[in-house]
Amino acid sequence: MKPKYVVGLLLVVGALAYLIFGGLGQNLVYFITPSEYFQQVDRYQNRPVRLGGLVKPGTLDYNPQTLELRFVVTDGVKEIPIRSSGTTPPALFGENRGVVVEGRFEGETFVSQNLLVKHSETYQAPKEGWTPEQVRKLIEETQ
Amino acid sequence: MQLARSNQINRLDGLTLGLLGLGGVGAVVGFILAMGSPPDQSQGFVARIFHMHVPTAWMAYLASFGALGYSVAYLVRRKAHHDRVAAAVVEVGLIFMALALITGMLWARPTWGVYWDWEPRLTTTAILFAIYVGYVVVRGAIEDPELRAKAAAGVAILGSINVPISYMSVKWWRSLHQTQSIDLTTGKINVDAAILIPMLVNLAAFTLLFIGLVRLRAIIAAREAAREEA
Repeated sequence: MKPKYVVGLLLVVGALAYLIFGGLGQNLVYFITPSEYFQQVDRYQNRPVRLGGLVKPGTLDYNPQTLELRFVVTDGVKEIPIRSSGTTPPALFGENRGVVVEGRFEGETFVSQNLLVKHSETYQAPKEGWTPEQVRKLIEETQ
Repeated sequence: MQLARSNQINRLDGLTLGLLGLGGVGAVVGFILAMGSPPDQSQGFVARIFHMHVPTAWMAYLASFGALGYSVAYLVRRKAHHDRVAAAVVEVGLIFMALALITGMLWARPTWGVYWDWEPRLTTTAILFAIYVGYVVVRGAIEDPELRAKAAAGVAILGSINVPISYMSVKWWRSLHQTQSIDLTTGKINVDAAILIPMLVNLAAFTLLFIGLVRLRAIIAAREAAREEA
């Protein structure tokens, strides 16, 4: 009985692991890019979507009074206008930043429920060229 | 003879105390060094969580491999000692895993904008954590020591499959989590020395603490086993 129990347990856990890991590998697309959206526009209408890309420089428009934020996300090929409201964007948000927006497409515009900002894997101290004011600004901005 | 051998495993030896002491001192030194490290160019002082997050995450992975090693050793040699050490590694590893998850969440809120998101690295780490919680549950559920040891070893061996998946998740899939700053697969380091060194001090200190705590836990487990037998 003992060995049977062990084999059974191993089988169950093995199957579980296979399901979780196999499933992750095949279905795990964390976000779609603007190009992928335009390849299958119909598929992504009226359902929650995560969209990833860079904030296109010069498209950022934030109104601190109404908390309405508009910008364009690009993957270098295609662009999608994003509208977000009701929240202050994270401190690291800005032009040329990698972002992931969670929300839905409403026609041409993507309405964001949640704005996530990626950051790089590089950690660097401020260089010699930096003035003390710049360093102070950096510290104050990210608090 | 039997008594003498069990005493050797049971004794709280100088090495364990030394590891814990040195690790404790190292962690204090590491903390002071981390608090003196420069802010990151884009994130500012928030990036200092790096000094805690990376070493604890590495300890979590180390624990997984440690548990794998001792579980395989148990299945091959059938020595209760190996089973006890595997269990100790998992328990101590769970503490570091929890710390890695908590520090990661505290870091994520001011930088990404959320505490948690179901992205590949975070999801695989959550699965890893759940597996080792399951390991502890399995041990608690089974009374027969031999069966318990075998079942737990199975969980530990299967659980360790998730470590390379979790580590590589930021490269294999699109993710919110950035790729490795210290990439063990390519050897590239994207961290300034002034920020890297305090992290390495912490890493060394946590490694000593980890080994010390595992030895301590295994000694306690050996005493428990000896009492049950008597």
